[in-house]
Amino acid sequence: MTSMTPGSTVASATAPTRPRSSYWSHLKYVMSENPVTGLAFGLFALIILAALFGPYLVPHDPLATGVGAALQPPSLAHWFGTDHLGRDVFSRVVVATRLDLLISVSAVAISFVVGSVIGSLAGYFGGWTDRITGRLVDTIMAFPLFVLAMGIVAAAGNTVENIVYATAIINLPFYARMARAEVSIRRNVGYVQAARLSGNSELRVLFGHIFPNIMPPMMVQISLNMGWAILNAAGLSFIGLGVQPPSPEWGIMVAEGANFIISGEWWLVIFPGLALMLAVFTFNLIGDGLRDLVDPQRRT
Amino acid sequence: MTIPLLDVQHLSVDFATRNGTVRAIDDISLVVGKGETLGIVGESGSGKSVTSYAVMRILDRAGRIAGGRITYGGMALHKARERDMRDIRGREISMVFQNPRAALNPIRRIGQQVADVLVQHSQATRGNAREKAVEMLRAVKIRDPEQRYDAYPFELSGGMCQRVVIAIALACRPRLLIADEPTTGLDVTTQKAVMDLIVDLTREYDMSTILITHDLGLAAAYCDRLVVMEKGRIVEANGSAELFHGAREAYTRQLLQATPRIDSEVRDLLPAALRATAMPLPETHDVGEPLLTVKGLKKQFGKPGADNGHLAVQDLSFTIREGESLGLVGESGCGKSTTSAMVMRLLDTTGGAIEFLGEDIAAIPAAKFAAHPLRGKLQMVFQDPTDSLNPRWSAAQSIGDPLQRLASHMNRQQREARILELAALVGLPVNLLDRFPHQLSGGQKARVGIARAIALDPRLLILDEPTAALDVSVQAIVLNLLEDLKHRLGMSYLFISHDLNVVRLLCDRIMVMQNGAIVEEGNARQLLAAPATDYTRTLLAAIPHPPQAAAND
Repeated sequence: MTSMTPGSTVASATAPTRPRSSYWSHLKYVMSENPVTGLAFGLFALIILAALFGPYLVPHDPLATGVGAALQPPSLAHWFGTDHLGRDVFSRVVVATRLDLLISVSAVAISFVVGSVIGSLAGYFGGWTDRITGRLVDTIMAFPLFVLAMGIVAAAGNTVENIVYATAIINLPFYARMARAEVSIRRNVGYVQAARLSGNSELRVLFGHIFPNIMPPMMVQISLNMGWAILNAAGLSFIGLGVQPPSPEWGIMVAEGANFIISGEWWLVIFPGLALMLAVFTFNLIGDGLRDLVDPQRRT
Repeated sequence: MTIPLLDVQHLSVDFATRNGTVRAIDDISLVVGKGETLGIVGESGSGKSVTSYAVMRILDRAGRIAGGRITYGGMALHKARERDMRDIRGREISMVFQNPRAALNPIRRIGQQVADVLVQHSQATRGNAREKAVEMLRAVKIRDPEQRYDAYPFELSGGMCQRVVIAIALACRPRLLIADEPTTGLDVTTQKAVMDLIVDLTREYDMSTILITHDLGLAAAYCDRLVVMEKGRIVEANGSAELFHGAREAYTRQLLQATPRIDSEVRDLLPAALRATAMPLPETHDVGEPLLTVKGLKKQFGKPGADNGHLAVQDLSFTIREGESLGLVGESGCGKSTTSAMVMRLLDTTGGAIEFLGEDIAAIPAAKFAAHPLRGKLQMVFQDPTDSLNPRWSAAQSIGDPLQRLASHMNRQQREARILELAALVGLPVNLLDRFPHQLSGGQKARVGIARAIALDPRLLILDEPTAALDVSVQAIVLNLLEDLKHRLGMSYLFISHDLNVVRLLCDRIMVMQNGAIVEEGNARQLLAAPATDYTRTLLAAIPHPPQAAAND
């Protein structure tokens, strides 16, 4: 390789070796750069812990009635008070995390996968693919989304799976549209042309080369959507079209507690409501942090 | 000695980054006198643009003037308040940026944009703004300014947009114009027109100009004095002719050498140390059998069958032989990129045949060609090395992609070995293979792109302005690398460029293209020495000519 020395000397002179920072140090950097992101990740960890270990950690069985006197205000024995059946509100709020998270995560996962595949195909191939999927998405968007979800659950039956499907369907258009826009601006950039020259089939160009590059904006969408999906599931339960009592779920708890606000038993609504708010808040905050984590350009 | 218009003394600018404070400009001093044209020349990262931003006080939030003084007409700009700066920008000092389309508001008529500036700085009232704007458009030599007043930026060519930007910049008759790479991205003929316009107007209005450019030839042709910058410092400052013919500093000499001239050879561009170790080039090389034969190639955009659409490429025929390099030269919009995309089978043809290794590949639809056995034999090096690498893939992944897709007989170890071999071939240090594109320099990215293109031992490589986005010193190295690879691997090149000086270095034959057709074709040397058509002569004349020194060269 003697003839190549001009190249190698110059290249090595301009590129001092630098240790590649690990994923963890990058995580640490992202968090410390923006304290709000750190806070969001902290809350997120808390929610995940509650979902995973909540049922084993809570002081009382969330379904057991009469663990205390009915409708007691918060006290040391019952941190969030007790409800009209004498159940421990704190235990119910913590245990509900798992169900609410499960519904929203699976719903968002389904709408992300289906929506972004449809949107990517439309954005990449254009033409008839785009027209058909575009009109399909427009049709879904044409309905008031929550009413559509209500209709789906009412028609298909009142089960957890159906809540997941309904939430997934109404979220699908957002992913499809975003993926379409992000793919179509990238479909003829240099590296895509280069990938075609390297012998990649069209589908491989789309899902191997373009798709990973649209992940950062999609990540933000996912996280914002998570909060929305939690609200949606809770909303469905609130109006009685979702998780059935006595399962602990934030939406039902707010619905049940609403009857007691007038008589001054505020803790039945406030605590599940706060949990809901905190979860939505966390997922909305975490979006930017997630984008920074998945974007290689932010990793120096 | 009179007081200079702009006096920068010991200026330093710091940028706060993730890895601590970085000094972008370190202790630079320069002066611009009345009516003078100063050129600031440097490669990317030299701090030439930051200097101008500091003078205009438009550094972004991370940037900070760390020391030194900027005095403009007696005013201390380095500590002026933002409110005062607003009056100075546009009225006293104005700027012309690189990308004219980005500098214009796309949804506002161009005339209004000129009028806006006039009204903003009280040079016109609502009543006579239109009249004055038209006058300004006429001054920048836009034809039919009354009609063009109502045009939107997208209706104008890049050169015309730059004229509008210049009209806006000069509308309030500032005393100092800062032109930051005003002609980068423009064709060589447009570049000449724009630069001539700037020089004429600034002379007419008795203005001073700072021209910031990476092109030493351009700067020398249009500036009175030059300042050469490297890594935030001034390396050398002198009159243009003196600097061009008697550079004192090694860096300046290296830069001068790397700039292709009408008479330089490809090896001449390299610094002396590298030239000594470079492989000797064969005096002559044989060309073999025809490798690629293009006959009657046509391309029409728009709906098939519609007669009104014009032909982007009309009836093009040419041949490339084994081991031969053919240059395709023309201005933007002449159809050269369309031609390359068709030959590369990324775009379907409207008519004609493309015979490659005895097979008519024009008959294969572009969408099907990815899996064709000839795909690996026909490869391309793209114009923008950054844009052509997947930002989420490491260099090794990018180089390995064609191997994985098309060299199915290779197993993992063989692929790894081949990637290392290719990296060595293009001079890419092995430790860079794990890096992502944004962690590599322009020259390193160009090497990755080349390594990927030659991974499958192609017979024909299309080079689509492979060095247009690179600094001259990196261009010199990449051009030499391409020349070496051609001889080592016995490839043929189709070199597409708008720069005749660069094409000539690598090519045996040159075709000149205009409006989708070949206007002239011939041996590279002969064509440049004695062009047969006016169009070629225009192209050659538009290349900036540095000042002739009194002393011998």
